[in-house]
Amino acid sequence: MDMTVYAVFFYIIAALIIVSAGMAITRKHMVHAVLYLVVSFLATALLFYLLGAPLLAVFQVIIYAGAIMVLFLFIVMMIRPAPAGERSLTAGRLAAAFGVCGIYVAAALVLAFMAAPEAGRPMAAAAASPFAFGFYLFDRHWLAVEMVSLLLLVALIGALHLGRAGRRNQSERKEPL
Amino acid sequence: MIVPYTHVMLLGAIVFLMGMICTLTRRNLMMIIVGLEIMLNAAAIVFVGAGLEFGQIEGQVMALFIVAVAAAEVSVGLAMVVCIYRQTQSLDPQCTEDSRCPAGTEKASEPASGP
Repeated sequence: MDMTVYAVFFYIIAALIIVSAGMAITRKHMVHAVLYLVVSFLATALLFYLLGAPLLAVFQVIIYAGAIMVLFLFIVMMIRPAPAGERSLTAGRLAAAFGVCGIYVAAALVLAFMAAPEAGRPMAAAAASPFAFGFYLFDRHWLAVEMVSLLLLVALIGALHLGRAGRRNQSERKEPL
Repeated sequence: MIVPYTHVMLLGAIVFLMGMICTLTRRNLMMIIVGLEIMLNAAAIVFVGAGLEFGQIEGQVMALFIVAVAAAEVSVGLAMVVCIYRQTQSLDPQCTEDSRCPAGTEKASEPASGP
């Protein structure tokens, strides 16, 4: 396969990621934002596959574009917020926000100009097989895997607790009325 | 040969900047979480690209952990958003129990006391 085909795929996928993320962050209606975000994450999964991470691409589709985005959609449809109820920022705060972004862009540009000149050559295509990836993960990073499982358990308990606390506060607020 | 390494870094930087703008300028708790998700996604892109550039599989391992951390963050964050929405009937980050919602926001009326 011609190597320039990979480059063309990369630029198409990159444009798709950037455009859909840009649409997602500017939508007024949250359902639209979440759906554009799903497109962005699916394009990211394609990019992972192109960059030689097939197992990670599958995880991206299952976990990010599947589970997390469905959770978002579920919450948006559950609380059904008003679409136009967003307060606009004052000029000073907007300037502060874009000032922080400008500092970030300046730092990124400085790092880009300090980069080694050999970083400009194209990368060799390579792929990690799912077997090699899984073996390496559980061979070298078994402790981190256990910590992540503990983190997910804590997140589960925290989410349950927050859900119960919200309901309790609401019933307490209603009681004196 | 795919593309130069700097182009992957540039893509990650642009996506991260978009998430940053979303987090800093939107006044909606769920859009702030969306911005955080975009930033984590950009970090994962950069890790996978760097893993390919240096021939290390560590980059993909880190990207996997980023996905796991994002899942935990989103579940707790959305639970907090639902909790706040139940108390204040608003998604504005300034509307809490202690401070009143500033004028100009559409705050739903308090639930009427039922019989």
